[in-house]
Amino acid sequence: MAVEIVDLCVSCWACVDVCPSEAIAKGGKHMQVNAKKCTECEGDFADPQCASICPIENCIVDAGGLAFNPPGSLTGIPPELLAEAMNEIQAR
Amino acid sequence: MELEVIGQESGGGCSSSGCGSTDDQLSHLPQDIVDKVQNHPCYSEEAHHYFARMHVAVAPACNIQCHYCNRKYDCSNESRPGVVSELLTPEQAVMKVRAVAANIPQMTVLGIAGPGDPLANPERTFSTFRMLSEQTPDIKLCVSTNGLALPESVEELAKHNIDHVTITINTVDPEIGAKIYPWIYWNNRRIRGVKGAKILIEQQQKGLEMLTERGILVKVNSVMIPGVNDDHLKEVSRIVKQKGAFLHNVMPLIAEAEHGTFYGVMGQRSPEPEELQNLQDACSGDMNMMRHCRQCRADAVGLLGEDRGEEFTMDKIEEMEIDYEAAMQKRAVIHQGIIEELNEKHQKRTQIAGMSIPSNEPIIPADTRPVLMAVATAGGGIVNQHFGHATEFLVYEASPNGVRFISHRKVDQYCIGNDTCGEKESALDGSIRALKGCEAVLCSKIGFEPWGMLEDAGIVPNGEHAMEPIEEAVMAVYEEMITTGKIDEHPVAMKAQA
Ligand code: SF4
Ligand code: SF4
Ligand code: SF4
Repeated sequence: MAVEIVDLCVSCWACVDVCPSEAIAKGGKHMQVNAKKCTECEGDFADPQCASICPIENCIVDAGGLAFNPPGSLTGIPPELLAEAMNEIQAR
Repeated sequence: MELEVIGQESGGGCSSSGCGSTDDQLSHLPQDIVDKVQNHPCYSEEAHHYFARMHVAVAPACNIQCHYCNRKYDCSNESRPGVVSELLTPEQAVMKVRAVAANIPQMTVLGIAGPGDPLANPERTFSTFRMLSEQTPDIKLCVSTNGLALPESVEELAKHNIDHVTITINTVDPEIGAKIYPWIYWNNRRIRGVKGAKILIEQQQKGLEMLTERGILVKVNSVMIPGVNDDHLKEVSRIVKQKGAFLHNVMPLIAEAEHGTFYGVMGQRSPEPEELQNLQDACSGDMNMMRHCRQCRADAVGLLGEDRGEEFTMDKIEEMEIDYEAAMQKRAVIHQGIIEELNEKHQKRTQIAGMSIPSNEPIIPADTRPVLMAVATAGGGIVNQHFGHATEFLVYEASPNGVRFISHRKVDQYCIGNDTCGEKESALDGSIRALKGCEAVLCSKIGFEPWGMLEDAGIVPNGEHAMEPIEEAVMAVYEEMITTGKIDEHPVAMKAQA
């Protein structure tokens, strides 16, 4: 079992420093998880460490593709408001 | 990222002759602290016109979330506090410091301020400090932090002989904290709400105490968030002073929707310049307040108010040949010269302060009310900038006691002299908003249209003192207001509101 980091990652390195398995490294534009090394932190911590410090919603997903930090869960910004703000800004 | 210091716009910068006097800023500090800060551009209002600082962006990770921050820092279009365009390894950072110090001899201070939290990146931060204390022994080191990992870092900080630490403390109340910090990462878990804020506050206070116990200078930054912590910051000021912080720097919240921060997107307003000033005044009875802070980027380079980062990108640095020994000697000479100049100025001011007012000047009755005025200046301590070219105004207060610097207020440059001035109108509105509370604006020239709009807003434009020293010009306008009876009218700002 392994987690995956998707391309929303902003390369802040926070997850790299807290991963107990040294499973995360910069690959291409953003961080990537080495599926062979990732243990989902089992045996080390109750929660996957990368997902516990990552500031970006939807950035880290579990083996089933489900986000650990769904929209709104970290920023507190309701997803519809964020979408609205984005649309407004992009329409300029 | 730490919302610290600033060099958001290029060029300009406040280079007034007496942008606040060192006397009222630092007079109640013990001599050993005065000695420590006299060549520190961020701490001494006087020094920031002469000495340069730089930040190196080596610390990308953060262990908390602030509602005024969006960690999408890797965007070179953005120029706002905490934002950086180039993340450096510790080795690259050291190379950059050597290059900058060799090319900008006024450089005295190297800070690590992010873009995340330096102490949440202990290896990168401390290995940078370690190399610098060996290779650039004459450069002062400082660090900014949110405080969460501070207690565990104090020993290491003390080892590197880092004598300046900035802690951002926005509150001492967990309930208020929960409105500012949605979560922290602590003991391998994400902790939300009041519980997380409580831990953060405890760590900040403990860290502050540990640092001051060891004689390490601590400055406290606070972000003023209207309706959240504005009133409460007076209490924060009192407490951090009591615990030995030597400066309290209250900064305005910056919350634009396009930054994608919680406050930005949710429409949290920023404080009006007037509100910020009132709060700073309220805190200053208790505390040294810092009024010239520019909330620099985490990779700012140069004098405060300017950013020369573009000249020192990694690819440019790699081509530079640096003779560090020679540069260090040159720096020592230049720094000595600046210190002497500052001392001379200081003596002159003390003399002037002891002098009586020349008899041809009207004596101003002691009960005359003070007046705020804004000045457009491109530097040199002179009224020498076109109103439309000003990206910031310096605000001075004239009173029977003389003229004192209050703050700088940023504006969007509304006229850039070509036909892309599409948003001219709204930017001019912005300038006028930034000048709220001021009764006059002194500049070298001003266009017809803004003239009318300023007058309508109750601010008298004045171009008669172009090329004169700021303090003299402000005093002259004040005296004119007194002799023409204008001073007896209600403060214009109030009239405009009524
Ligand atoms: S789940 Fe744990 S082991 Fe896997 S990458 Fe994240 S931190 Fe590393
Ligand atoms: S913590 Fe999240 S955003 Fe930061 S590097 Fe890791 S995956 Fe990317
Ligand atoms: S402490 Fe972290 S979240 Fe807060 S402003 Fe700094 S980098 Fe951003």
